[in-house]
Amino acid sequence: MKLNKTVVAMAISAMILSACSEDEKDASLIDGTQNAASGINDASVSGLNNGSGLSGSAMDGSGMYPNAAIGPEFSDPSNPLSKSTIYFMLDSSQVQDDFVPVIAAHAHYLVAHPGQRVVMEGHGDERGSREYNIALGEQRAKSVASMLRVQGVGDNQLDVVSYGEEKPAAFGHDEASWELNRRVELVYQGK
Amino acid sequence: MNFVRKIILIALIGCYVPSSYAEMTIEITEGIESALPISIVPFAMQGPSGVPVDVSFIVDADLGRSGYFKTLDKQSMPSRPTTAEAVQFKEWQAIGQHYLVIGQVVAEQGQYTVQFQLFDVYKGGQLMGYRIASSAADLRRTAHHISDLIFEKLTGKKGVFSGRIAYITSTRQGRQSNHKLQVSDADGFNAQTIASSVEPLMSPAWSPDGRKIAYVSFEKKSAAIYVQTLATGERTRVAEFPGINGAPSWSPDGSKLALTLSKDGSPDIYVLNLLTRSLSRLTNSFAIDTEPTWSPDGSSIVFTSDRGGKPQLYIMSSQGGQEKRLTFSGNYNAKASFSPDGRNIAMVHGNGNDYRIAVMDLASKSFNVLTDGRSDESPSFAPNGSMILYASKKGNASYLSAVSLDGKMQQKLVFDSSEIREPAWSP
Repeated sequence: MKLNKTVVAMAISAMILSACSEDEKDASLIDGTQNAASGINDASVSGLNNGSGLSGSAMDGSGMYPNAAIGPEFSDPSNPLSKSTIYFMLDSSQVQDDFVPVIAAHAHYLVAHPGQRVVMEGHGDERGSREYNIALGEQRAKSVASMLRVQGVGDNQLDVVSYGEEKPAAFGHDEASWELNRRVELVYQGK
Repeated sequence: MNFVRKIILIALIGCYVPSSYAEMTIEITEGIESALPISIVPFAMQGPSGVPVDVSFIVDADLGRSGYFKTLDKQSMPSRPTTAEAVQFKEWQAIGQHYLVIGQVVAEQGQYTVQFQLFDVYKGGQLMGYRIASSAADLRRTAHHISDLIFEKLTGKKGVFSGRIAYITSTRQGRQSNHKLQVSDADGFNAQTIASSVEPLMSPAWSPDGRKIAYVSFEKKSAAIYVQTLATGERTRVAEFPGINGAPSWSPDGSKLALTLSKDGSPDIYVLNLLTRSLSRLTNSFAIDTEPTWSPDGSSIVFTSDRGGKPQLYIMSSQGGQEKRLTFSGNYNAKASFSPDGRNIAMVHGNGNDYRIAVMDLASKSFNVLTDGRSDESPSFAPNGSMILYASKKGNASYLSAVSLDGKMQQKLVFDSSEIREPAWSP
């Protein structure tokens, strides 16, 4: 299961920052106390690597059905489980009626598979301030999580993370893209 | 009618990774009528192998970019003196110049001596003169330092040319994004990546001493706040609670971080003591409370809350206590940034369609919208309080812009090839 293999490579290059101070003196040419300012030197680069690089194939179901690897029902277009993205209205974290059956299908599956975990990833569109959008994305993810919980899904099966506007699904700067970005993605976790 | 002028400087940013350099443009979109005419005569270069950095060009660019000065192009100069004896004040008076800067860069055994003199053209006398030793690697910084000296001498305000800015960039390749936290000089040069990740990085915040940056990283597929020391690259994870770990803001004494956590339910403001690691909760509402920022005297914290239905700014004591609403103009005010003197607050102001940078005077409550973009965000004051740096978008292009507190001066820094956002000006 490659689906949830994450590749995180952090490179931290160190730098030497310097403070500079000067005494301002008028009069004619004097030596200014120089900012001894080594400038910035690359000191070291250390990598933290959590993943094994970009191993494996492209995403299963070529991205159409991100949870396809969990079971065949997740890539059957006639099955509501094949839908894993819940869209929201502007500035709202209320689940729209269209998506109630989708969430119910996921609840049903998760109740039947108590060992299965799912992450609700909350997202927002690009408008407004970024940290506020993180909060909005979390509200959306939590409202989906609470619908699942009400339908019997265990707390230990549910996880919530908000990416705000940081991981857009569509990259335009218009209403069409914004609609696609105000969303919660249900990401099933591999065993 | 504002005096509008356009200067476009195109140059390469030197990066330490040779393959990743970017082209950058600085454009002054609006200047002020009272800009002071000043001539920066190209400095004499003396030395066997030339000088790697054009010091006078950088000084000219800094001063011009500030909007306070109107610099004279080389072609219009009546002469190009490099020593005081060679200066003929009359010829500079004749073309309306107020100030004149001349200088020399002398190379000797890999070291450089930069000397410059600033003259008052009408009085015919020297206002300032310095000789500064510099290594090759420091020549850019030396040039910015000279700009600061001249700027402060002539405007009475501290220069900000030798400061730094931190910001986030993203590049996309197919489904994969690469996010970087970078630090560059105030003019966008010498960009260095201090952290990079395929998962988002957010909310860089300088420590008050300028040695550390706190930021949010999703590198572990959930949010955590890190504090990284710039000189060593060493970093510490200071917050990794369930849910949101966001919006770090340093207390003015550098001992604490205000931040947003949702571990207890809805997002609330907490204060983390960096020495003892003790955490105290400041707000406790069912609404979203986020984006805390300390007043420069440390007494108050301003934050964004939607407890009234829409996001607005609220203020409270940094010790906790009563919260009071600050903004009433429009239905979206968020992401406050205090001016260094504590008198003004910059914010993102939304009117339903557009998000712009506004500033509010805390005493008079007067409220001014300074920018006219559609998607302006992340305001950050320059350390001298004269300008507000912010992120802006136009079409698919993103860039950093700066606007003066009165809205009369604007400049933008355009980086090609990647999305750029969340600028933070170093203290």
